[in-house]
Amino acid sequence: MDLKVLDTPARVYTGGRSFDRELPTVVLIHGAGHDHSVWNHQARHLAHHGFGVLAPDLPGHGASAGPQRASIPALGDWIAAVLDAAGVVRAALVGHSMGSLIALEATARHPDRVSALVLVGSAAPMPVAQPLLDAAAGDRAQAHAMINQWSYTPASHLGASPSPGLWLPGVNARLMAQQDEGVLSADLLACNAYTHGLEAAAAVRAPTLLIRGGRDQMTPARAGKPLHDALVNAAGGARMISLSGAGHALMAEAPDAVTDAIRGFLTNDR
Amino acid sequence: MTTSTPYGPETLALHAGQSPDPTHGSRATPIHFTTSYVFPDADRAADLFNLERPGHVYSRISNPTNAVLEERIAALEEGVGAIATASGQATLHLAIATLMGAGGHIVASHSLYGGSHNLLGYTLPRFGIHTTFVDPRDADAWRAAVRPETRLFFGESLGNPGLDVLDIPTVSAIAHEHRVPLLVDATLVTPCLQRPLELGADLVMHSATKFLGGHGVAVGGVLVDGGRFDWEASALFPTLTEPYDGFHGMDFAEESPVTAFLLRARREGLRDFGACLSPMNAFQLLQGLETLPLRMRAHVDNARAVAGHLAAHPLVKKVSYPGLENHPDHALAARLLPQGCGSILSFELKGGRPAGRAFIEALRLFSHLANVGDAKSLVIHPASTTHFRMSAADLAAAGIGEGTVRLSVGLESAADLLADLDRGLYAVGRLVKE
Repeated sequence: MDLKVLDTPARVYTGGRSFDRELPTVVLIHGAGHDHSVWNHQARHLAHHGFGVLAPDLPGHGASAGPQRASIPALGDWIAAVLDAAGVVRAALVGHSMGSLIALEATARHPDRVSALVLVGSAAPMPVAQPLLDAAAGDRAQAHAMINQWSYTPASHLGASPSPGLWLPGVNARLMAQQDEGVLSADLLACNAYTHGLEAAAAVRAPTLLIRGGRDQMTPARAGKPLHDALVNAAGGARMISLSGAGHALMAEAPDAVTDAIRGFLTNDR
Repeated sequence: MTTSTPYGPETLALHAGQSPDPTHGSRATPIHFTTSYVFPDADRAADLFNLERPGHVYSRISNPTNAVLEERIAALEEGVGAIATASGQATLHLAIATLMGAGGHIVASHSLYGGSHNLLGYTLPRFGIHTTFVDPRDADAWRAAVRPETRLFFGESLGNPGLDVLDIPTVSAIAHEHRVPLLVDATLVTPCLQRPLELGADLVMHSATKFLGGHGVAVGGVLVDGGRFDWEASALFPTLTEPYDGFHGMDFAEESPVTAFLLRARREGLRDFGACLSPMNAFQLLQGLETLPLRMRAHVDNARAVAGHLAAHPLVKKVSYPGLENHPDHALAARLLPQGCGSILSFELKGGRPAGRAFIEALRLFSHLANVGDAKSLVIHPASTTHFRMSAADLAAAGIGEGTVRLSVGLESAADLLADLDRGLYAVGRLVKE
């Protein structure tokens, strides 16, 4: 569906069912250079199992109008505005990669609006390697190649996709290429500049689940540990699920496991 | 530059789309000879039907062996995915039926495989879909043929029978000016010699029966989506941008902007028209595909040797091969097919129809049959076989002379092929002398 969020048109995918705000709401937030379609399977499943799903294209991404919001805090506020636009008071926030930082920051800034938090492929801080920042600013194809190289496990680089007939590295490359010039670069700079994630984590009162790929090279276990520790010690408490065969693109590499982890956590698992 | 994978085409041809079978460790791709798949429980069954989880339900719609072939071709073409079909013809029909219904219009090159020409020119009009055929070298003709109801441009990387090279960057730009996609039949070049998606095409199709398999034992087709065409922005494709009652009310372009076409083609076209590939054929095509890069290099080497040999022969009036300097598309081929122009060529014998017959009957290695792209060398004389009902004037209009012979140069020893051709030319020489 299309919503006006802060007076700007936004595309919000609802998982193949009309959004019903009377149901518990889940917001699925995509990562850098992506759009809502990274959540297709998870969104469809949750929408058909008792949840109202909002999977927005972030400003300037996919079918949502720009301009981009250039910082994680601004995007966190934008997520709250999505809830306003949809007439929702409280929601569970689920974010992947950059989207996980947005979910985290939104939870810290708008604690009354967030019932639960799920961070997929996350780390805080989330520094972006300089060569990738340079490539995103100057040579998008090179940046896309680097991201694909680091997002998938070695096995996924040769495919064998869970989705019959889809070549996932190709899907990811095309999805990034489809975004406007400058979108990826601004996203990566926003990730790089977000340095107070651990403070935000310490303030989280919502119960939190971390889902990580066991072979994630973008946000490896070592990089994610400070965030995990901060959330475990926060008021909401946290637990972690590690998916051994997955890399950073884990919604595509291990779609069922991610779906089951999110649904389990949001229903009876906390 | 390849952005999706760090691996080269030789590696992808062997490995893409497959990981060793987790149950038994089988290294080769298993043939999943099954019509259907057991659901672990009722909930999982509903999830699969509703696309909440990926997986297989019924082999008309997807099959694990077919999926390896689909993914492998998509990887080699730098697409986002592919659909395997029962034949190249089924592929073309699937592409068209996904994009338009009655009232739709196609602009197509007139240099097409005869089967494609039959479908577009004779059969689809019966279903309300009409085609205007244009000279593929005439950019203005492509533009002038567009109507408000045009929904597709279509051409072959190397056209039949004159081997015209499709100027994909130019033709795709014209298609995009009119908010429609370009579908390219790349059967004669394979992704080893050209990746049309990188040159501007939106969809690519193959008769996998030809070079992809290479062995001539399995009929099949593959349709690849580049994932680049913006269906919503075009606003000409309600099949992709409006809710489809036949599949959960899905709006395919909203569901997934990158894979919308493949979603609809699989969930409607394969499901309802049913032209699915047998997993046995998928397995056989995969066996061939493993050696595609090696084979295409050898095909091109042999074709160059044959083209040069024929061009120098006094009984040959003309050789049509874009790798030769006298071909009208030689410069374009150097740009779009830098690694070679495939191994199909045609040539014109002195002596007309009788010379063509005498030539073919004298050959021993070249098999006389109606196919191309086999590992074995093939030959056909259109004026006495595929086009025998046509007058000399009609043949000329189609770019075929009475003495035109078409070769599909195979992988035999080059010296043996040249000796075989000399045997045929000797027979022509005796005839011409008489």
